[in-house]
Amino acid sequence: MFGDYSIGDLGSIFVMQGFAGLILFSVYVLMALGLAIIFGQMGVINMAHGEFMILGAYVTWMTSNLFQTYLPSLFSGYFFLAMILAFVASGALGMLVEWVLIRHLYKRPLDTLLATWGLSLILQQAFRSVFGAREVGVDLPQWMLGSLHVTESIEVPINGVFVMCLTVLITVGVAYVMYKSRWGRQVRAVVQNRIMAGAVGINTEKVDRYTYGLGCGIAGVAGSAFTMIGSTGPTSGQLYIVDTFLVVVFGGAASLLGTIASAFSISQTQSTLEFFMSGSMAKVLTLLAVVGILMLRPQGLFALKVRK
Amino acid sequence: MTDNRFFNRSEFIGILLLAVFLVVVLPLTLDVFRLNLVAKYLTYAFVALGLVVCWGYGGILSLGQGVFFGLGGYCMAMFLKLEASSVENTKIQSTPGIPDFMDWNQITSLPLFWKPFSSLTFTIAAIILVPGIFAWIIGTAMFKRRVGGTYFAIITQAVAAILTILIVGQQGYTGGINGMTDLRTLKGWDIRPDHAKVVLYFFEVGCLFVCIMIAQFVRHSKLGRILVAMREKEDRVRFSGYSVANFKIFAFCIAAVFAAIGGAMFALNVGFMSPSFVGIVPSIEMVIYTAVGGRLSILGAVYGTLLVNFAKTSLSETFPELWLFGLGGLFIAVVLAFPNGLAGIWGDYVQPRIDRLIPSRKPKPEGWTDSSVADGAPAE
Repeated sequence: MFGDYSIGDLGSIFVMQGFAGLILFSVYVLMALGLAIIFGQMGVINMAHGEFMILGAYVTWMTSNLFQTYLPSLFSGYFFLAMILAFVASGALGMLVEWVLIRHLYKRPLDTLLATWGLSLILQQAFRSVFGAREVGVDLPQWMLGSLHVTESIEVPINGVFVMCLTVLITVGVAYVMYKSRWGRQVRAVVQNRIMAGAVGINTEKVDRYTYGLGCGIAGVAGSAFTMIGSTGPTSGQLYIVDTFLVVVFGGAASLLGTIASAFSISQTQSTLEFFMSGSMAKVLTLLAVVGILMLRPQGLFALKVRK
Repeated sequence: MTDNRFFNRSEFIGILLLAVFLVVVLPLTLDVFRLNLVAKYLTYAFVALGLVVCWGYGGILSLGQGVFFGLGGYCMAMFLKLEASSVENTKIQSTPGIPDFMDWNQITSLPLFWKPFSSLTFTIAAIILVPGIFAWIIGTAMFKRRVGGTYFAIITQAVAAILTILIVGQQGYTGGINGMTDLRTLKGWDIRPDHAKVVLYFFEVGCLFVCIMIAQFVRHSKLGRILVAMREKEDRVRFSGYSVANFKIFAFCIAAVFAAIGGAMFALNVGFMSPSFVGIVPSIEMVIYTAVGGRLSILGAVYGTLLVNFAKTSLSETFPELWLFGLGGLFIAVVLAFPNGLAGIWGDYVQPRIDRLIPSRKPKPEGWTDSSVADGAPAE
């Protein structure tokens, strides 16, 4: 299968496919970060995660429309405001959902799966009723169009580079919040031993609500980034949800580093394979490999050693 | 006679009522089109029944039952398709004698794995064995390594995704996104006219009752008790010397085989099979049938399936937008308010009143409501 290409061509192919894989990697990481917090830390299976992401994408789309109509001079910077709005919208909805629904189900993780699946159906239909069934695309500001020519045969799109930088920033931010801040310590304490954490004066209910909100908010930001590279429809979120869960499980549920490593390996495998075979077969092979490895090593790549 | 290895008295009455409902009431009151619709719904009842054993008793939530439904359905559909694509039926193709979708995809000879499906005996064996062995492989790999709960659910979901992508992607071998359509005869007997639909309906109801009896037997045997014990306190069962993994594998395989029988019935009754019954969305919908009926209730699974599907058909005919809200709301309501579904409502509210009306019946023992909820309520 390599016979038709020269060494130089192959190098370029791998770099370009690798880059395409990096964009996929960014989407996976952004989605999986929120999920890793909700699933890994709280043990809640949030099947509506994709819909929280799509909510962020729709918020971004609305913001860009607003800027286009009322503030065309500031259009090049709308994205930064949109991201904050997406975070707030998804986060607020997440906290509401936690208060109404999730907090009753912490002792029944499998039931959270069914309930959030129901929630995702409702949200999908709500998106369809409000925004219409057609996919919407966001107009990119001028500076994000075009591509960078690295060498003669290699060029990378600027919006991809931007999304990647964003991913790195958000990842570092989340890692800081979870591992360095006082609040992150509280979250980890609640995860490790809820009763003891409550006994030393941590308001566990409040920590739960904010953790869930943070996870959903990050999904909103992911949706915001998602608009840079694809169009948004009511069911776009569902396409990614299983992949994202596999990323989180494959990485080892409670480990942020594992999530990033597994997102990287899955996205790179898939996009490299995609060049040599049809997209569907590439996906099948990637998923099969992941499921196969999970059967051999069910705790994931990076497992947190906790006595149960 | 009524207290034997299969059922106690109240269960016997429940099964009798269901039998009267399915065998006498429905065929007398519905026209053939509606009856065929019921037959389609009942194919999902097989899956729901399997989930009662696997999820309700064993505590293993599988979100990949569509995989087994699909495997069973595709095995049956391959047999029917081969019979429908005899040389004289397909003489306009460039290669006569192979299914039409292969011809459209430039495949000139029958692939090797299709060949055995020209025998009905092999097909029937395959409907049971292929999903059974597949479930055994997945179960062994997962449960022997003590993977369970949410992880198992996610991995079965991934398997459903893989199989769907594979079926859609390999158009030439599977018929792709359209699936296998235009199924005509079973051993020369036309399955499409009205009288055949009625015969198939009764055949399906017969199979359903066989499966119900198997599920009842599992429930009343020692095996069923161990499954329940395992769901509640897995470690204690393990320390008592039972191999927890083997029991889980068995429950999962039973569920898979039931689902596969349902899939085969689907191909026979509805006359086609497509990947839209294999993926994640249908698989999770099948779980909700069980949840609505009551995850612990064998007969509840049948009523739950019928009720949800009737609601789906009538709602999505008249208010297509409302249906998704309704389905979503149903998921949430069942989880939050009625964790034992219809059977729970029946056992909590209806049964006590009946007991009060008929004073001769003995009251049920206290504190044993969880696994002995009176099964079955004519849901309508």
